[in-house]
This record gives sequence, structure tokens and C-alpha cells, in this order.
Amino acid sequence: MSVQDVRDVVKRPGLVQVLHDTKYVFWREMLLPLRDPFSLIFSLLQPLVFLGLFGPLLGSTVGAPAFGGQSTLQWFLPGVVVMIALFGTSMTGSNLQYELMTGSYERILASPLSRSSLMIGRALKEWAPLVVQGLLISLVCIPFGFVFYPLHVLFGLVILGIFGIGLGALSYALALVSQNKEWIFWGVQQTLLFPLMILSGIMLPIEAGPDWMKTASWFNPLTYLVNAERELFAGNIGGHTLLGLLAASVTAAVGLVVGVRAINRNIS
Amino acid sequence: MIHTRKLTKNFTVKKETIEAVKGVDIDVAPGELVAFLGPNGAGKSTTLRMLTTLLRPTSGTATVAGVDVSADPAGVRARIGYIGQGNGGGHSFRVIDEMMMQGRFYGMNTTDAAARAQELLQSLDLTDLAKRTVIKLSGGQRRRMDVALGLMHSPRLLFLDEPSTGMDPQNRANLWEHIMRMRAEHGTTIVLTTHYMDEADSMSERVIVIDHGRIIADDTAARLKANLAGDLLAVEVATESAPSVRGLLGRAAAGGEVQENTHDGVVSFRLRLPEGARLAPALLKEMNDAGAPAQSLELKPPTLDDVFLELTGRNLREGADR
Ligand SMILES: Nc1ncnc2c1ncn2[C@@H]1O[C@H](COP(=O)(O)OP(=O)(O)O)[C@@H](O)[C@H]1O
Ligand SMILES: [Mg+2]
Repeated sequence: MSVQDVRDVVKRPGLVQVLHDTKYVFWREMLLPLRDPFSLIFSLLQPLVFLGLFGPLLGSTVGAPAFGGQSTLQWFLPGVVVMIALFGTSMTGSNLQYELMTGSYERILASPLSRSSLMIGRALKEWAPLVVQGLLISLVCIPFGFVFYPLHVLFGLVILGIFGIGLGALSYALALVSQNKEWIFWGVQQTLLFPLMILSGIMLPIEAGPDWMKTASWFNPLTYLVNAERELFAGNIGGHTLLGLLAASVTAAVGLVVGVRAINRNIS
Repeated sequence: MIHTRKLTKNFTVKKETIEAVKGVDIDVAPGELVAFLGPNGAGKSTTLRMLTTLLRPTSGTATVAGVDVSADPAGVRARIGYIGQGNGGGHSFRVIDEMMMQGRFYGMNTTDAAARAQELLQSLDLTDLAKRTVIKLSGGQRRRMDVALGLMHSPRLLFLDEPSTGMDPQNRANLWEHIMRMRAEHGTTIVLTTHYMDEADSMSERVIVIDHGRIIADDTAARLKANLAGDLLAVEVATESAPSVRGLLGRAAAGGEVQENTHDGVVSFRLRLPEGARLAPALLKEMNDAGAPAQSLELKPPTLDDVFLELTGRNLREGADR
């Protein structure tokens, strides 16, 4: 039987280690949906249902001028994609809650995996389906007048991935803080998510709202993300894209700092 | 391999301070097999969690595998293995998937991890359960899986927190076979906690007895028993022989307590006798010479429970009276 000799786990320099570890954390998490193909397919198709029911209503409810002359779908689709990313990655901590209750979290915490990779890997697992979903709904919408710019859309998904790492890490931290009080996790997650969404113009144009809403939206990183996605989905790369990338990177950095702190606080 | 000085952990719960570990000094040399023995709440798990960087010490120092736990916790984690008190498998995962991922987490390649997983599945009686999800396993099966996870890689230092709790005797034996083999093949240093005193007694060379967050004894099981407890001798004699036997036993006990019980015309005496096996024949002869022969005699070697009783006045099984 080939049993390796006693040796210490090799440590690589900072970022290389994080990427290496992230791969395995991500891989482990991905086994959950992959081992359950039925619910995987169902969840991948879900946005189509949403889009099919909501899309037709949109054009008639809100006047076309609000959408800057684009087709309704061209404006609405990126919003749907951002929303899926939000719902997905903000759930990162919820799957952790089960592991906190057993010894599973502790086992993994005692392993040599780097702290950031624990969060990044989990967040990316929540983001991964979005790649399939985003491309799928784009393709399905082509016959209805949606113009599909694949490279722009892919870049948009990458930006959402970076943002998702930040949101996922915050969700992870929230799960640690609300350990043994699971209702706090849900309370905070729901209470924050909906105002953030509405104040980003994700569903309805913020321009249609009162001034205070517009002002509030400037302080919402999600606003820049939504604008960036709209620009990209329209086939352009410009200032909005850059701002969106910046907002996503800042969110990721803040999320990881908060997350690592939460992990360390949890062991003191 | 392990050196701690005044290692201390306080928890604060609702403004009340719980002193879980009160300044322990532990030194473990490479290759040793050490058992922490103590009742529930003694501070065994807390100590192990500090040594495995899962808890930050309140004060004191600890060096594990040559690395300071506070200065370089990641360095410690890269050098050790840990089987915690709880169930390590994620509820929704398959047994084999968790084992393979565990191997990958510790830098094993797929081939090595697969071979090691098969070996462990087989010897821990888990082969048929390899594709089962963890939540569908029974308590004993889960514990075996925990052990399998912890043994996937071959660390130089392995911590096990009550590894055998909830296992049947056959699987406990299998577990020990693995532990002993890791030691023989790799010279692994092993630190485990248990509240099964027979396990600490028969398996480990060195027993560290912990109570209320303090180390109250640290020696080989044999020496602890010989020095602290002595054999338990129970003698029954007829009522009329009791007075002379009482004198004889009192002298033999050398200041120790002699319990006495009378029922149905028989008096039974119980006492602790250091080196009882050597002294008993002479004692029997003296009783015969005094015309007070024994009707029955029982001699029981001491257990670690007796040691604990001697040290604390409490029974190990009763647990800490906190
Ligand atoms: N996270 C914690 N928060 C508060 N108290 C704790 C915590 N962990 C352990 N304790 C307390 O510390 C003491 C020692 O516990 P532990 O180390 O688990 O004992 P053992 O493993 O020997 O049974 C107990 O009184 C326990 O209640
Ligand atoms: Mg314990």
C-alpha cells in the first residue's frame, strides 16, 4: 500500500497558496450540486422562469424612454444576472452554518488551508452556476431581440465573481458571528439585501425615483456594478465598467479583511 | 515535540469567567504516545484546541512541532493532524468524497489519496458506506469516518480528541491498530484524550491526568498505579476471627483505611495494599497462625480510576462536580 512518508504540508508564498487552496475548497463545495444533478438542472433553469414571467410585464409598466432607447431585455437581463449573483453569493454563510454545528468546520479550520481560501472557494461555488445561467438566459433571449455580446457578457460575469467573493466573505463572517443564533443570519441577510437591490436600480430604473433615492444609490456599490453590467451587456466597455470593476474589487478586499477577522475572532 | 508553559484559557460567558485550563506545563518528546485522562469538563479538549491553533491561549506559551502556536499558527497546522471531538464529515457529502478532499487539503496527490482512502475504509469497516452521505451514517459509523479523515495524511504529530467514543470494541481495536502502525511506520507522536480509563491504561505509555484545568499527575500508567493506589484486597472471615484479623490488616495497611462490613456472620474487610500480590501470601499465613483463617480472598490490581479517586477523592466516571 502506498502510504506517503511523514512530511509537513508544503507552504507556498502567499497568493500562490491562496489560489492553490481555493481550488480545493471550491472543488469540495462543487461536489454538492454535482452529486445532485436533478436539483442542479432545476436551479440552472430557474432564471428562465423568472425572466419569462417578469420580462413581458416590464415593457408595459415602465415607459420605454427610461431604458435609454435599448430594448427592454437589453436593459433588464443584466439586472437579473446581478440579482442571481446577489442571492447566490450572499448565501455562502448559510451552507457554513450546518458545518459550524457539527465538527466539520473545525476539522477544516485545523487543516493547512489558508483562511482566505476558505471564503473564496465557498463564494465562488455560489457564483459558478451563474456562468451557466448568464449564458443560458442570454442565448434564450436572442430570438426576442436581445443582442448577445459573448465576450462582454463573460467579462461582466468575471466582475460579478470578484464582487461575489466580497459578498460571500461577508456572508461567511455573518454566519460565524451568528453562530448558535441562526435566525440572526437570516434577519441580517434579508434586511440588507432588498434595500441594497432596490437602491441600485436593479429592477426598476432609479432615475424614476425621488432625489433621496438617487443620492442613496451613489453610496451603494451595487449601483456601480449594475451600471457596469448594463454597459457590458450593451456591448460597450467604458467608464461604468471601470467603476464597476473598482466597486467589485473594493467589496472583495473589504469582505476578505472582515472575513479573516471574523475567523480569528471566533477562536479567541 | 510539544512544550507548553503556564498555558491558560479563560472563557467569558455572560460576564462570568470560566477558567478552563489553568496554566499547564506539558512536555512531549518525539515519538511519545500520551493520553490526557480526565472527567468531562476537565479541560482536555480546550488544551488540545490551543495546541492545534483552534483556540488562542489567554496566556502562557506553546510550541508544537517546533513552531510557536501564537506566532505561526499556519506553520503548526502544516505539521500536525487533528481528529476533533465532533463529527468532521460535512452532512451532505459522501464519505469517500470527504476523504479524498481531506487528502487533497493536506497536499496528497489523487493516487496516494485514493490508495490511502481504500485502506482506511477497509480497516475501519466503512467500505460499503463509501458512497453514502454522511447524514445517513449512524453515530458509530460517523466516528469511524472521523478517524479515517484524520488518518488520511501522515503527520509527524497527531492529536485525537476522544477518538473511540461511541465505537464498539472491534472498531476500537481497529483504531488502535492504526494508531500503533502509524507509530511503528512513521514514528508519529500521538496525543489523545479519553475518558475510557482502560484505554489510557492499556494503550498509552504515559498518562497525564487532568482535573479542573490542572495537571494532577503525569507518569506511566504502571507507576501511577503502583505509587498512588496499590492493589485492592478483600478478605472475608468468621465473626469470631474479626478482632485479630482487624489488627493484622491494620498493620499491613500501614496507616491506610480498612473498611469493614458484617453480614450473615461473616466480616469482610477491604483495604489498599501496595504490592498486594507479594504481601498477600504472608498475610494469609499470619492469619492462619493466629487461628483466624480467611474464608475467601480477592486481590484486584489497581485501575486508573483508583488513581483518580486517590488524587481527587472523586470517581472518574462521576465527572467533575462543577
Ligand atoms: N467555547 C467555550 N465557551 C465557554 N466555555 C467553554 C467553551 N469550551 C469549553 N468550555 C468550558 O471549559 C471547560 C473545559 O471544557 P473542555 O475542554 O471541553 O473539557 P473536556 O474536553 O475535558 O471535557 C468546561 O467547563 C466547559 O464548559
Ligand atoms: Mg472534550
